[in-house]
Amino acid sequence: MTALALPTRRDEAFRYADLDALAPLWPLAPEIIEVAAGATGALAIVADGSAAQARELAITVADGGSFDLRVLNVGRAYGRIAVTVTLGKAAQFHIGAAQLGGGEQVLELVTEVRHAAPDAVSRQVVRSVLGGHATGTYLGKVAVARGADGTDAGQSVRAMLLTRTATANARPELEIYADDVKCEHGCAVGELDAAGLFYLESRGLPPELAKRLMLQAFIAEAFTGAADEDVLTEAALSALEALL
Amino acid sequence: MLHIDNLSATVADKPILKGLSLTVNAGEIHAIMGPNGAGKSTLAYTLGGRPGYDVTGGTATLDGQDILALAPHERAAAGLFLGFQYPVEIPGVSFVQFLRESANAQRKSRGEAPLSGGEFLKLAREKAGLLRMDMDMLKRPVNVGFSGGEKKRAEMVQMGILDPSLAVLDETDSGLDIDALRIVGEGINAIMRKPDKAVLLITHYQRLLDYVKPDFVHVLAGGRIVKSGGPELAHQLEEHGYEAVAA
Repeated sequence: MTALALPTRRDEAFRYADLDALAPLWPLAPEIIEVAAGATGALAIVADGSAAQARELAITVADGGSFDLRVLNVGRAYGRIAVTVTLGKAAQFHIGAAQLGGGEQVLELVTEVRHAAPDAVSRQVVRSVLGGHATGTYLGKVAVARGADGTDAGQSVRAMLLTRTATANARPELEIYADDVKCEHGCAVGELDAAGLFYLESRGLPPELAKRLMLQAFIAEAFTGAADEDVLTEAALSALEALL
Repeated sequence: MLHIDNLSATVADKPILKGLSLTVNAGEIHAIMGPNGAGKSTLAYTLGGRPGYDVTGGTATLDGQDILALAPHERAAAGLFLGFQYPVEIPGVSFVQFLRESANAQRKSRGEAPLSGGEFLKLAREKAGLLRMDMDMLKRPVNVGFSGGEKKRAEMVQMGILDPSLAVLDETDSGLDIDALRIVGEGINAIMRKPDKAVLLITHYQRLLDYVKPDFVHVLAGGRIVKSGGPELAHQLEEHGYEAVAA
């Protein structure tokens, strides 16, 4: 098998992938991003439109550098974003991602964050809203190397299902070889909080407005603090409107 | 204004309200007191239409309208306000945003013109001032990070903005220190002590009633009103306990 061969579902990183949609795009050319020591970088990816899309990013953040990645994954066919990040000493990485899909859409976010040196900080916030027969997947691995003490890694992954026929896969994964680390992950797939909905409705908001308001807030969490927060949030909200 | 007749309700198939009857006229404040588990909160939630609180018998009308047939937001538009014992935190949704949409949804269903952004903010500022609440707090996400007392004051600010004809306040006094209790009590009086409005005040304790003087006091026990009287009944309860007074 060569690296050029199309992966199979036996490969964990492609377990939920739409391989038929991926085939014509394969092999992917990884996009290399290098952040120099002490430097900062940012990238916002909006994967929309009707064509299938798959991107692979390889990001290296050198000592004391930081990188802020935002992803809005709303492509109408297949959307896959795979990111590998390697963090130097006291480097910082933040990813905020929203995936919104309906119909037969398949959306995937695959991350691997490697804390290669001490005191690096990583944060991952992933919010998915899925309706119809859509599938949304987050596979996120945090690997803390031997000696990478003082690592601080957080994963907050939540998915809302608008229909019983939509699917959310979420697999946060930790691989830790250092002693002094702080790794948190929260992962939840569910429906909107019924107590919150009733509270809003009791004030006079019709159920569909209450639901919309709560979903808007849910998605907005992915873009809080982004340089182009307003633009991303607005794009995400219009994708949400198409789902409701 | 509010007529409850022989109301029965279950929660998770367990009967809680068992034939409760009560009439509240415009201009009146009624206090409902009772031991834990008597059905006080169930009464509030059943009137508000919370899912999971199932009416199994009886009627409740607000100004002649069968409110039990309405969805929660329609009950609000009909003039009902429910003050929560435990106001819910909703991250990411600001008070200002949701209250303006709520107020305008209510106005729309009554055929009234919507409030502009400026009109709404003026109204919100006025009501927040009444409850000595900083307007900046209303720009924050709903109840998130609020202390118990702040949540209850925020409930009253919402009541002031939404201007209901009937307020059902479920243990609005719980979690309040003495100063907050007075502020909330004065807020209730300022907003609801009017000839065309009424209040159903659900409470455990006499202390709120020192500020909001009830016209009638009822004892709720075992899912029914077992005793009714004037303000003196609350003092008797405080002095002798529910068992002795309601027996």
